[in-house]
Amino acid sequence: MTERPALWVRAGAYALLTLTTIAVMFPVYAVAVMAVSRAPGFSVVLSPDPALFTLDHLRKFLLTTDSEGRWLFGRQLLNSIVVAGGATALGILLATTAAYAFSRFRFPGHRAGIASFVIIQMFPATMMIVPLYLLLSALGLLDTITGLIVVYSTTALPFCVWMMKGYFDTIPTDLDEAALVDGASRLRIFYQIILPLARPAIAVTALFSFLTAWNEFVMAATFLSREEKFTLPVTLFRHVGAYGADWGAFAAGSLIVSIPVCLLFFALQRQLVGGLSAGAVK
Amino acid sequence: MWLPISAARWRRWAFLLVTALALPAKAEDSQEVVLWHSYRAGEAEALDAAVDGFRRDNPEIRVRVLQVPYGAYPQKLRTAIPQGAGPDLFIAPNDHLRDFIERELIAPPSGVDVTRFDPRLNAALTLKDAQWGYPLAYKALVLFYRKDMVEAPPATTDDLIAIARRLTAAGRYGFVYQAGIPYYHAPWLFGFGGRFFDGETLLPFESPAAIASGDFLRRLTFEEKVTPVDVQGALVTELFNRGRAAMVMNGPWFVSEIAADVPWAVAPLPVVSETGLAARPFASLDVLYRSAKASPSPGVRALSDALTSDAAALTRAKVGRQPVANVAVMHDPIVEGDQLLAMQARQLAATEPLPTEPVMQLAWHPYESALRQIQRGTKSPEAAFREATKRVQVLARPLPKEASLRNYVLAALVAVVVGLGVALRRMRRGTLAEVRSSGTAYAFIAPAALGMLLLVGVPFLMGVGLGFFEYEGTQLRFVGLGNFASILGSSDYSPLSPMSFYFTMVVTVLWTVSNIALHVGLGFALALLLQPTWLRGRGIFRVLLILPWAIPNYITALIFKGLFNTQLGAINALLVSVGFSPVSWFDGFVPAFAANLTTNVWLGFPFMMVTILGALQAIPADLYEAARVDGAGPWRRFTSITLPLVGPALVPSVVLGTIWTFNMFNVVFLVSEGQPEGATEILVTEAYRWAFMRNGRYGYAAAYSLVIFAILLLYSALTKRLLAGRAAAEAT
Repeated sequence: MTERPALWVRAGAYALLTLTTIAVMFPVYAVAVMAVSRAPGFSVVLSPDPALFTLDHLRKFLLTTDSEGRWLFGRQLLNSIVVAGGATALGILLATTAAYAFSRFRFPGHRAGIASFVIIQMFPATMMIVPLYLLLSALGLLDTITGLIVVYSTTALPFCVWMMKGYFDTIPTDLDEAALVDGASRLRIFYQIILPLARPAIAVTALFSFLTAWNEFVMAATFLSREEKFTLPVTLFRHVGAYGADWGAFAAGSLIVSIPVCLLFFALQRQLVGGLSAGAVK
Repeated sequence: MWLPISAARWRRWAFLLVTALALPAKAEDSQEVVLWHSYRAGEAEALDAAVDGFRRDNPEIRVRVLQVPYGAYPQKLRTAIPQGAGPDLFIAPNDHLRDFIERELIAPPSGVDVTRFDPRLNAALTLKDAQWGYPLAYKALVLFYRKDMVEAPPATTDDLIAIARRLTAAGRYGFVYQAGIPYYHAPWLFGFGGRFFDGETLLPFESPAAIASGDFLRRLTFEEKVTPVDVQGALVTELFNRGRAAMVMNGPWFVSEIAADVPWAVAPLPVVSETGLAARPFASLDVLYRSAKASPSPGVRALSDALTSDAAALTRAKVGRQPVANVAVMHDPIVEGDQLLAMQARQLAATEPLPTEPVMQLAWHPYESALRQIQRGTKSPEAAFREATKRVQVLARPLPKEASLRNYVLAALVAVVVGLGVALRRMRRGTLAEVRSSGTAYAFIAPAALGMLLLVGVPFLMGVGLGFFEYEGTQLRFVGLGNFASILGSSDYSPLSPMSFYFTMVVTVLWTVSNIALHVGLGFALALLLQPTWLRGRGIFRVLLILPWAIPNYITALIFKGLFNTQLGAINALLVSVGFSPVSWFDGFVPAFAANLTTNVWLGFPFMMVTILGALQAIPADLYEAARVDGAGPWRRFTSITLPLVGPALVPSVVLGTIWTFNMFNVVFLVSEGQPEGATEILVTEAYRWAFMRNGRYGYAAAYSLVIFAILLLYSALTKRLLAGRAAAEAT
């Protein structure tokens, strides 16, 4: 579609996109207003009162200290980064290798293997928490960052394997075969030829794993029992109590927690579009 | 290196990672005391101050305090304590008292002279000749009023209605409280002479006194309209602060939410005019419990003593503005000079202890449904309460009968042997050789397979197994297919009732189908709009439209819940400003379902949009050129090129999206909460309620989850067959 359509078509497209974007951004705007407004309670207003502007909520969230007076936000931000980063790295390692095998080899258990990656997601995640708790406890990984990384990396794995396999399928097998003839090992082919070609898909997989781990709250709150090990979403939920909640601080926290992910989306958006579906169209 | 990060930076990151991972879990020293709580704001500060004081006086004892987010607290206690990973002491409300005892989570504490507490509060914690915790503070509902609107607080309910009627105008209400919540209705029930329990037996809800209290609620909300319906805590605050609520029934926590410029005062709850009895709110307690796994070590005893001492109580009263349980402090001049705390002490004399019977945990939700129906005038109090009674009977039904484990084990063994036989027969000759020659493939898969087996497979099998058991106290009892029979039999309600399993199942399917249709439809439309090369700012539009995906869905759900609020929500404000009348979003199935759907469409369309964008880009431009040359119009090009080429790319996303939507817990649980009357509940939220809100029926919940699993499995098998069929049809 190289030609430019008529002016009214273009204007219509812009108008439609702008309207949709405004509608989509409205809840984000509502959070932002709540985060910087002194008005107590959970109020979503169309036109905020500038007299109520405050940075207290943001400050409160950023400067939380524990009962011994240590600065928690920095620590928990680091935890979140380590957990999400670790889960992503581990997830990619597991997903790419498994997906490569599913894409390149035919072996007994091939179909059952792929199917099981999808099927396993059908069991509601909430029912997995107690068994996972017992498991981590048995492995001595309860209340550790490592335990959380391991759990998160497998949570996102089925999606990532699917994604990666789809993408690997689009990379011609001639490449592998030529390299095999040249005497390269499978591992080397995978690492030096296939992986570099699959960058867009890896970006999507990484983003997805990161997102899953970064936002998770219930498991983190259940498995971790030390404030200095909490991730940011756990801290965020401390502002919601049995009797009411500090919605201003919650909104401020939500904004702060979302910022790194938004930046990541921005950085990866080109790969995202290429990677998410390219695999499926052959 | 396929990532643009230099080796030196890699090393630095690796170092950070390793140090973070290697943070040693300190060896447990005997002098460490672990204390959990879920206080926040002033109450948390007050507790920290008390703990700091203790640390100064007892430097040899290490105290580790953990503030657990309220949302995860009960479940964390139930899971952690039996594993020995829980706290030594923890602070929780008293309504779970008997549940804690039955699950063996708590032991009677020691080290404190209980005469320092108000005897009524001690009595509320005494059961089977033992006191199971120390009361820290109590909370009771009182009447808050704006002094600039109300001259003298009402002494009777007739006064209350008269004053409220005078002060009610457009957008302004005389009397506001969370009328849909049983905790807030209880004062009226008791004031009309009703009660919940006879001894330990839960009475039917539709007693004459209860019906009278229901009539009163109906009068406030439906006839006089001095009290708004569908009100949540945040809205009460909002209305009071803006001068749009003259009187508010609320607890002591409300004080921290009142804006600085509001002239307010408190009064005891009024006397019910019809009976001459005082409206008696519940007294809920904050209790210091000792974990059953914690030894009553000197450190634990010393900390218990310090936290409940008169000095600590005074700190909590001053800093956290808590109505504390210590008798001496209730009469402290500082406390008596604080109008809120003084009024709490006065109201305490006219309270009812919060029920601790486990059956009450089952009663809250049905009772809430009844109250909401009464408020809206959709049911008479009698009918609404009678239905709630029935619901509680259904929820509290006895556990399935114990089944013989032996028969099931035998059956399972037979099934395994038959399965193995079939598998062996179906194996082609040479399979073994193939297995042997596929070493490389298995090596590549091994890490992922191992991880999945251990961290997904094992918990999954544990969940499946649990579906055949049920907890009785701390004992697991084998019930065979009892749970499944109870779910699928659905004998308690007709399939058309919103409470029945089959109704929920149909709603879940409707929910999934409409979501996926809208996700794909909207995603497709936006992807087409974002596709043309002449479009400027494509990158910006793209990122902004993907943004919903980046924001945690529980945050989105809570925001949308606020937007859909009937009285204050921005959506109704928008509707009114363009001339429509406001919608009570959670009164009917259709609007409530629409609210859930809107939220989840907002959350879910970006994923489909991005998938479709990618698929569109993969279509070679010359295909369109050729079609144009052949004279195909835009519509023709769309149906003959775009759709057939994008379709296959969408299949994996649609399958995954279906699974995710089917089990989308957060949106339904947080936005509509199942309203009205459980009609918008989906299967996964029901499973959650069984596991965590109905006295921990984990076995039943696991069976529910297994049913969900089976439905999804059936769905995927069907789609697979359909797709295979179509592929075959196309090939011929």
